[in-house]
Amino acid sequence: MHVPRFWREIPNRYNLIGTKCNHCNKVFFPPRAICPNCRRVGNLEPCKLEGKGKVLSFTVVHVAPQDFKDQVPYVLAIIELKEGPKLMAQVTDCDPDEVEIGAEVEITFRRIKEDSEEGIIHYGPKAKLLRSKPSEQT
Amino acid sequence: MKVGIVGYGGYIPRYRLKVEEIAKVWGVNPRQIKRGLGVEEKSVPGPDEDTVTISVEAARNALRRAGIDPRSIGAVYVGSESHPYTVKPTATIVSEAIGATPELTAADFEFACKAGTAGIQACMGMVESGMIKYGLAVGADTAQSSPGDALEYAAAAGGAAVIVGKAEDDALAIIEGTYSYTTDTPDFWRREMKPYPKHGGRFTGKPGYFKHTLSAAYGLLRQLKLTPKDFDHAVFHQPNGKFPVEAAKELGFSMDQIRAGLLAPKIGNTYSGSSLLGLASVLDQSKEGDRILLVSYGSGAGSDAFSLIVTESIESKRDLSPKISDFIEDKVYIDYATYCKLTRKLVRK
Amino acid sequence: MRRVALVGVGQTKFGELWDTSFRQMIIEAGTRAIEDAGMEGEKIGAMYVGNMSAGQFIHQEHIASLIADHSGLAPIPCTRIEAACASGGLALREAMIAVGSGIHDIVVAAGIEKMTDVIAEQSLEALATVSDQEWEAFVGATFPALFALMARRHMHEFGTTEEQMALVAVKNHHNARLNAYAQHHIEITVDQVLQSPPICSPLKMLECASITDGAACVILAPLEEARKYTDTPIEIVGAGQASDTIALHDRQSLVNLRSTREAAKAAYQMAGLRPEDVDLAEVQDSTTISEIIAIEDLGFCKKGEGGKVTEDGMTAIDGALPINPSGGLKGKGHPIGATGISQAVEIALQLRGEAGKRQVKNAEIGLTHNIGGSGGTAVVHIFRRQD
Repeated sequence: MHVPRFWREIPNRYNLIGTKCNHCNKVFFPPRAICPNCRRVGNLEPCKLEGKGKVLSFTVVHVAPQDFKDQVPYVLAIIELKEGPKLMAQVTDCDPDEVEIGAEVEITFRRIKEDSEEGIIHYGPKAKLLRSKPSEQT
Repeated sequence: MKVGIVGYGGYIPRYRLKVEEIAKVWGVNPRQIKRGLGVEEKSVPGPDEDTVTISVEAARNALRRAGIDPRSIGAVYVGSESHPYTVKPTATIVSEAIGATPELTAADFEFACKAGTAGIQACMGMVESGMIKYGLAVGADTAQSSPGDALEYAAAAGGAAVIVGKAEDDALAIIEGTYSYTTDTPDFWRREMKPYPKHGGRFTGKPGYFKHTLSAAYGLLRQLKLTPKDFDHAVFHQPNGKFPVEAAKELGFSMDQIRAGLLAPKIGNTYSGSSLLGLASVLDQSKEGDRILLVSYGSGAGSDAFSLIVTESIESKRDLSPKISDFIEDKVYIDYATYCKLTRKLVRK
Repeated sequence: MRRVALVGVGQTKFGELWDTSFRQMIIEAGTRAIEDAGMEGEKIGAMYVGNMSAGQFIHQEHIASLIADHSGLAPIPCTRIEAACASGGLALREAMIAVGSGIHDIVVAAGIEKMTDVIAEQSLEALATVSDQEWEAFVGATFPALFALMARRHMHEFGTTEEQMALVAVKNHHNARLNAYAQHHIEITVDQVLQSPPICSPLKMLECASITDGAACVILAPLEEARKYTDTPIEIVGAGQASDTIALHDRQSLVNLRSTREAAKAAYQMAGLRPEDVDLAEVQDSTTISEIIAIEDLGFCKKGEGGKVTEDGMTAIDGALPINPSGGLKGKGHPIGATGISQAVEIALQLRGEAGKRQVKNAEIGLTHNIGGSGGTAVVHIFRRQD
């Protein structure tokens, strides 16, 4: 894929910029161009999300696409954000056994994949478990 | 007009490799290494971390403490010797990810391990001249080292960010002076297209690290008419756990003065992140009125020395972001094979 | 709208058809259907072909022309329909509308996918393109991962167990052994399923449909003319199609598919039937959890009880409501675009009483359920034998 496709998503992916309908006040992330509830009656405006939420469901991916093979097994989760919208993201920096439904997470900024060794590096959101205290694992 | 630090933040990846793991592979006695280098373990980047992500984490932590609108940052400089792109700035990605774009200037700096402090000096000049309101300087690395090289025991990953602004803009520390000492000394280098740095072995010590670090420190003390006794803390670049201790002793600083900023034994040498992480750790523990000496060192070679005085703002800002000790304590040990994979020494073909 | 019936059905064997090309497969399925209807090809007025991704799998787009050409049926109109795994079901729906509207009399609805002309990894990547590329695939989601997320939530909310899910695969493999067209002819046990390598936890290898080549074809005619071609017309008495968000995370719920519910509601309403009137169903079991969620959303059991009724044997061939007697996607194989049509082939055979060893007793009303992606599209058809 040519770079413009990724480039145009940069603000949303780096900074969790969603959209908010000024008619029904619903927040959308990933951003939408039209509010599915109010359609043309509503008007969507950019809305930055805080990036706090909890795990609604998760899976540990063992068989991954080429771009993600070096990361298996990785945790992929649906995160319910505080502002309402849900987003799919990897849960990084954890043992898969640590993740459970309801776990509190925050969105962080990580390398998602790269377009080969010579291509563009794609950065974006991943979730990180909010641990009550630092943990030491071996 | 005086300038100061309005926000600071650090970041260290969770993964750790013990000296024993490396020594085992190369048939070396780990006790010898630990005694010789003063390093117990080092931080390693996760599979999805690089200098960009580390810089973003550190910069966001600094922003939280600064409590400023990111769009008021007029300059972003990221110092590193492991920028993920050779051409295409780390600084633009960091600027975008902290919401500082588009009205600012940005660039990547490289000066071995001192590019981060070079960034601070550039920001100081720009703030002082009125060119910008705030400047962000980051020092971060996923330090490279050749497998089996002595560097491998210490080369680590981490970074710290500092937001420079006017003293009256709620600075948590005032920078009362800076002094640099630079010569052409080829003690450590990495050529274009080469993955690992080369170095001059023991030549990196006396004519490299010590000459520049001490000269910069002496120069600053002279300039400010201060002596080691006037400082509560001192932070030196930490290529290992021993050099900074020796430098401190030579200058007349006690162990008590350098303890708060001495991180190499637990995380290794984070290259451009090293002295700034030390500073961040000191700020985490300092109080109003504390005077801090910071001396960076970059091979090639040069040192930047700074004297900072902590203000009362530290109290309200300190807890707004994670502390360096939080990162140091939150860790996962990995083995050498995993380390090779994470640092791309072992690549699937 | 005119009443519409299936008058001929045919399909290729499903499996890794190394020696058969895309064009050979579609001709084979089509020829069988035409022969089944005992009609001349000249009668056919139009074709609708469900195909997910010839572009990715054989690097061939414009397959409508290719198929019209190679079947010798040009210049009749041929239209390719794409809705991921629901491509076949949608082709059937469009064909039904074409006949029902009176625009055409005899219409072919076909489905095809040739998946083994690329290596398995490329197949997996092609399959992942049915998800939201910007926000699902981009972060490492695979097709099974989406269902795994639903499975985990279903287990969490209703206590569905991995054993119950495994039973879906065990049953469908058992049924597939009785189907000569099926890809897999091996019985498996719950233990084997549970011990098979993890794909995306909690889903394991033996819970996910495999990579399959295959084509299937049905011929539709106005019911009033159907007896010219068959003694047992199978009328399409209900049809419903519905859409939902392409991204799983945008759904209100992870444990039911709104698209299935809406499509089913429309189909039941059109047919004037209720779930309890259905004698058997072919539902989308691209993974084991898919079948459990499907039978709940189609109203065959209460929400959350799909695992339990499977365990109790309701869905077996001799159970109260046989599900996937053909072997389903798991046992029979899942050549993406062909699946929706192959489901209709099975229902026709069953309602005609021609299903051999897997024949469901006293079957008069059958249902097919075909979804695209993780449920962004769903299409339900209800069939009734007209003796």
